[in-house]
Amino acid sequence: MVAVVPAAGRASSTPSAQKSSRTGYLLLFPGIAWLAVFFAIPFVTLFLTSLQKPIEGQSGRYAVGLEFGNYASAMAEYWPLFVRSFVYAGIATIIALVIAYPLAYFIAFRGGRWRSLLLVLVIAPSFASFLLRTYAWKTILADEGIITSTLNALHLLPDGRILNTGIAVVAGLTYNFLPFMILPLYAALEKIDPRLIEAAGDLYASPATAFRKVTWPLSMPGVVAGTLLTFIPAAGDYINAALLGSTGNRMIGNAIQINFIQFRDYPTASALSFVLMAIILVLVFTYIRRAGTEDLV
Amino acid sequence: MAEKANTVEDLHLQNLTKSFGDFVAVDDLTLTIPAGSFFALLGASGCGKTTTLRMVAGLEDPTEGSIRIGDRDITRLRAFERPVNTVFQSYALFPHLDIFENVAFGLRRRGIKDVKPAVEQMLELVELGPMARRKPAQLSGGQQQRVAVARALINRPEVLLLDEPLGALDLKLRRQMQIELKRIQVDVGTTFVHVTHDQEEAMTMADTVAVMNAGRIEQLGHPADIYETPRTVFVANFLGQSNLIVGRRSGAAGDDTLVEAHGLTFAVPSQRCFAAGSDVIVGVRPEKITVLDAVDRDRVPESHNRVDGTVTDVSYTGVSTQYLVRSSWGQEFMVFEQNVIVGDRCDVGDPVVLHWAPSHTFGLDGAGS
Repeated sequence: MVAVVPAAGRASSTPSAQKSSRTGYLLLFPGIAWLAVFFAIPFVTLFLTSLQKPIEGQSGRYAVGLEFGNYASAMAEYWPLFVRSFVYAGIATIIALVIAYPLAYFIAFRGGRWRSLLLVLVIAPSFASFLLRTYAWKTILADEGIITSTLNALHLLPDGRILNTGIAVVAGLTYNFLPFMILPLYAALEKIDPRLIEAAGDLYASPATAFRKVTWPLSMPGVVAGTLLTFIPAAGDYINAALLGSTGNRMIGNAIQINFIQFRDYPTASALSFVLMAIILVLVFTYIRRAGTEDLV
Repeated sequence: MAEKANTVEDLHLQNLTKSFGDFVAVDDLTLTIPAGSFFALLGASGCGKTTTLRMVAGLEDPTEGSIRIGDRDITRLRAFERPVNTVFQSYALFPHLDIFENVAFGLRRRGIKDVKPAVEQMLELVELGPMARRKPAQLSGGQQQRVAVARALINRPEVLLLDEPLGALDLKLRRQMQIELKRIQVDVGTTFVHVTHDQEEAMTMADTVAVMNAGRIEQLGHPADIYETPRTVFVANFLGQSNLIVGRRSGAAGDDTLVEAHGLTFAVPSQRCFAAGSDVIVGVRPEKITVLDAVDRDRVPESHNRVDGTVTDVSYTGVSTQYLVRSSWGQEFMVFEQNVIVGDRCDVGDPVVLHWAPSHTFGLDGAGS
């Protein structure tokens, strides 16, 4: 980098280089325009909305302002929902990883000619609507359903039910975002040369050690991508909590939704959205740094 | 690394067989590879040489037979339990580890704490000391190849298996690495089992070459013995080139077996004649034949085998001249003649006499051909 910059600086002083650098910016324009329209403008609007103040006597109408207090009051009221969202999303992500890894491993290394079919089967449920699938879980986990009654017969359920508890919400989150875990894991595992695992065995690594020292590190890009693709949408989700949980299982997505749609409290909803985004951003950066795979993501 | 590993023992393969469904890749192979030797398994692709190697490495389970090192039966040991290491064809270096960690991998798995001196010494041996902290992808093919050798050798295996280790290198580098590998082998004294389809590579590097075909060993021996005295048609054609004349046994004269073909009689030393029945294929290597202008036919020694013919092609390669000579019965003979005397060459269309000493002739079993 150090060597390249001065050279580029010198080159740009000639007319032809100036022209080519203008061409460069021109080529960037569509991308920048896209970002501006679909990201920057909504982002700024959202931020400005979060600072608006209510107009006296006109419910649901707000004026431009700098009410940073909106953030304080929103957080004071809803911080437990933030905590719950991240706990639920975190648990769902871990369970999804535990389920997805062996499955992706199996498809990548043992799938043979069934690989494509198995992958289609992973995605197939997504052809049905997200809402519909979540409703289906309502039936599956219903109090009189097979799962609940079986577990109850074995006295494994402290509350005697699954539906309308945190378990159901986490189960729904895990199920709904599972394909987002499986696909990146598969992509990473599929790229691993099986001969590397043979080589590890040849070099005195037992199958378990070979997994720990070769397969797992080489699948890290998939693990990082998969956990992010599961955790981020799960943390912001509101459908699972709304359909499968009780009022005691509300997540931050529910609070945002209810403030926007029902209370028409746009500043509070915007402030919550903004805080959610900020927290996720911080978590993701810390996570990627910890995973040490910035260059791989 | 200079001191020789003193625990090295012979590697025995006993009735080793491997079938994949109906296909028999390795067919009842029995073989002893002497300790400390450089042994080459030579054959075309699909002949079973790599499967044999993988069975020794423990990466493939034999259908039948056993593998022993000295008195220890290792047939049922899993790959990581065997005192055997492999240099893989694709090198199979761990892309996420640097060169140092790649080389240290085997030592660490065996719970050795202080790996630094051994790894540094090993990297020194393969002349890659300064590359220790690079990742495999940052190295050239030849350097990666040496890392693969170092990573296997550092474990002081009793047998080092090399699976076409030079296949991915260009010709010049391959020659260089052949010398390098040979030097390392002499240095460490480990048994090397080298699988290759390159006959020149097998001959220059190995003390003993086994030529494999269709899951069996066709011939085994010192490279020079195999080349000078091939015992089967496959070996005669696979290792170098041969002129083969199909004939019938017609008698004996002293120590020679006489073979009649196309109205001519050829003498083959009886101990170089491996034909069981009366069908004999007479063989001679192209460089053993002398080309004489037909008018000089009186100068052919009385005892020599001879064939009359016409030159159909001459290619001058500098060191030697290669002739194609069509015999009276239409078979083309290949002859390599060293260019010792300037200007002494035959031209296309010249009638010539080919002759060679009976001691350079070999006889192969012609049954079924």
